[in-house]
Amino acid sequence: MKRIFFRNKILPYLLIAPQMVVTIIFFLWPAGEAVLQSFQREDAFGLHTTWVGLANYRALFQDPDYIHSLQVTVVFTIGVTAVALIVALLLALAVDRTIKAGPAYTTLLVWPYAVAPAVVGVLWWFLFNPTIGLMPYLLSLVGYHWNHALKGDDAMILVIISAAWPQVSYNFLFFVAGLQSIPGSMREAAAIDGAGPVKRFFTITLPLLSPTTFFLVVVNFVYAMFATFPVIDATTQGGPAGATNILVFKVYQDGFVGLNLGSSAAQSVVLLAIVIALTVIQFRFIERRVEY
Amino acid sequence: MAAITLEAVGKTYAGGVKAVHSIDLAIQDGEFVVLVGPSGCGKSTLLRMVAGLESVTEGKISIGDRMVNEVEPAERDIAMVFQNYALYPHMTVRQNLAYGLKNRKMAKAEISRRVDEAAQILEIGAFLDRKPRALSGGQRQRVAMGRAIVREPAAFLFDEPLSNLDAKLRVQMRGEIKQLQARLGTTSIYVTHDQLEAMTLAHRLVVLNGGQIEQVGTPLEVYRKPASTFVAAFIGSPAMNLLNAKAEGGVAHVGGGRVPLAAAVTGPVTLGLRPEDVRPADAGTEGAFVLKIAYVEELGAQKLVHGTVEGQNFACALPSDAALGQALHLVPEPGAAHGFDAQTGKRLG
Repeated sequence: MKRIFFRNKILPYLLIAPQMVVTIIFFLWPAGEAVLQSFQREDAFGLHTTWVGLANYRALFQDPDYIHSLQVTVVFTIGVTAVALIVALLLALAVDRTIKAGPAYTTLLVWPYAVAPAVVGVLWWFLFNPTIGLMPYLLSLVGYHWNHALKGDDAMILVIISAAWPQVSYNFLFFVAGLQSIPGSMREAAAIDGAGPVKRFFTITLPLLSPTTFFLVVVNFVYAMFATFPVIDATTQGGPAGATNILVFKVYQDGFVGLNLGSSAAQSVVLLAIVIALTVIQFRFIERRVEY
Repeated sequence: MAAITLEAVGKTYAGGVKAVHSIDLAIQDGEFVVLVGPSGCGKSTLLRMVAGLESVTEGKISIGDRMVNEVEPAERDIAMVFQNYALYPHMTVRQNLAYGLKNRKMAKAEISRRVDEAAQILEIGAFLDRKPRALSGGQRQRVAMGRAIVREPAAFLFDEPLSNLDAKLRVQMRGEIKQLQARLGTTSIYVTHDQLEAMTLAHRLVVLNGGQIEQVGTPLEVYRKPASTFVAAFIGSPAMNLLNAKAEGGVAHVGGGRVPLAAAVTGPVTLGLRPEDVRPADAGTEGAFVLKIAYVEELGAQKLVHGTVEGQNFACALPSDAALGQALHLVPEPGAAHGFDAQTGKRLG
């Protein structure tokens, strides 16, 4: 490990100060406030605050809406992660096999990541709009009547596609890098060892990609749980009837629309705990299983 | 086990680059053939064509009685040892060895019998349950060879298998490969750029240059009668001296001396003399030529004297106790001089 020593005792602290200030003001302070508020009950105008202990949490887990939101979040998170990883891996495998113009494809495939999340939502909302959208028209040709404003399953598919799309770009980049770090001779050795392309993929390529895959699973889980608010907001707004009301959107709905600050704070703390727990479990798993 | 036959085999890449030109080569059953040449001479391409990892654009490759041009690598009944070993890092040594057999749906009992036998031959029994990452370079090399021998293939293909090892280990593994091949009697093709490796391992050497065969022969044939100046300079260490000289009636004139050649040529000629094929002589000795000494390398058993003959670089190997001045008078050992055509570089006589 490289260590750098500063002669001036204050300089190093000054150098990290801007980042620390940003972290404290925009992350630690609000998070602390949320934890504090989750133990309080406050009226909608912020005039009275009462200390209520764990009442917010107790109420949460007895609320069928919240339990439903948890279930929706599980489906949504697994859906987004699975779609984003599988599509990205397929695209990466295709690019890895392409000798010519690989960089050009890569550039094109990375573009969606640069699109603002709200724009992504609006884009897919238009594509799937039951009245004017292209996709419902095409689906109607095969006899399916798409309407995500009425059908919960349609809405879930729409938000999963919208949320997964920009994430495909991100995963794709990592998969391409991962594939390129596998020596060609490994595949050749396996070919001589009598493994066909499919067998090679499952017994050689996929295991060698496992560090990349597990890293991406963690990142995608966190993304789907935390960072998908704009997509939901721009497409379904949690509807119909709460079918796409994932935890992070419910936090916003209850807190900023419903002004039930105590409950909203408790929800965000639970969400934070879930993500931390998942990440810890996954990193433990990575340490044990992925190394070779 | 099988013979391998190459008939007018060539390789032209999509861009029009010709890597291998019309190679004819018959490798007998059980023979150890080494393809040797500088980087870019097409030796690896040729090996990979035999393995089926590169397509054959011209000619025919046969293993045994079967033409294999369009046969998949897995179906060619060959095993290959790669330069970087290409061990599967997520599998134990045992799984690495068994992978190729499992893919061929061999019975479990037979797989474990073959793995144990290979482990015993290569003395890797103690590491069977380790992953490649926990092995040293030499051990990985053995595992890579183990993966080849469990298959009991018709032929082994080696692609510079020792070039990732340190010098000492390389010499040791070289000996082991030679003994292993002699013991198993499997037809082998071995690619290297190291002429010493080529000399020590081969039954027959194939010297390649620019995608073409310069010479085929046993190591001693190639050493004693190099077919061209390229082979002469490539095989043997230190390299053979090549001097531009004028010949008259089969005698080359250079550096004030006269060196008899095997062929009765007249005119410009390239004279080849190995550093160990000259000995010092007194001034005025019949036919002696003069070497102006530039510097000396002490090798212990002998010394290597570098200098110039008529302004052309020349080196000679002398006993370590030889006395040196500013210049040396040298005479070649009888019959040791090689003559090459000054234009084509081909051997004369």
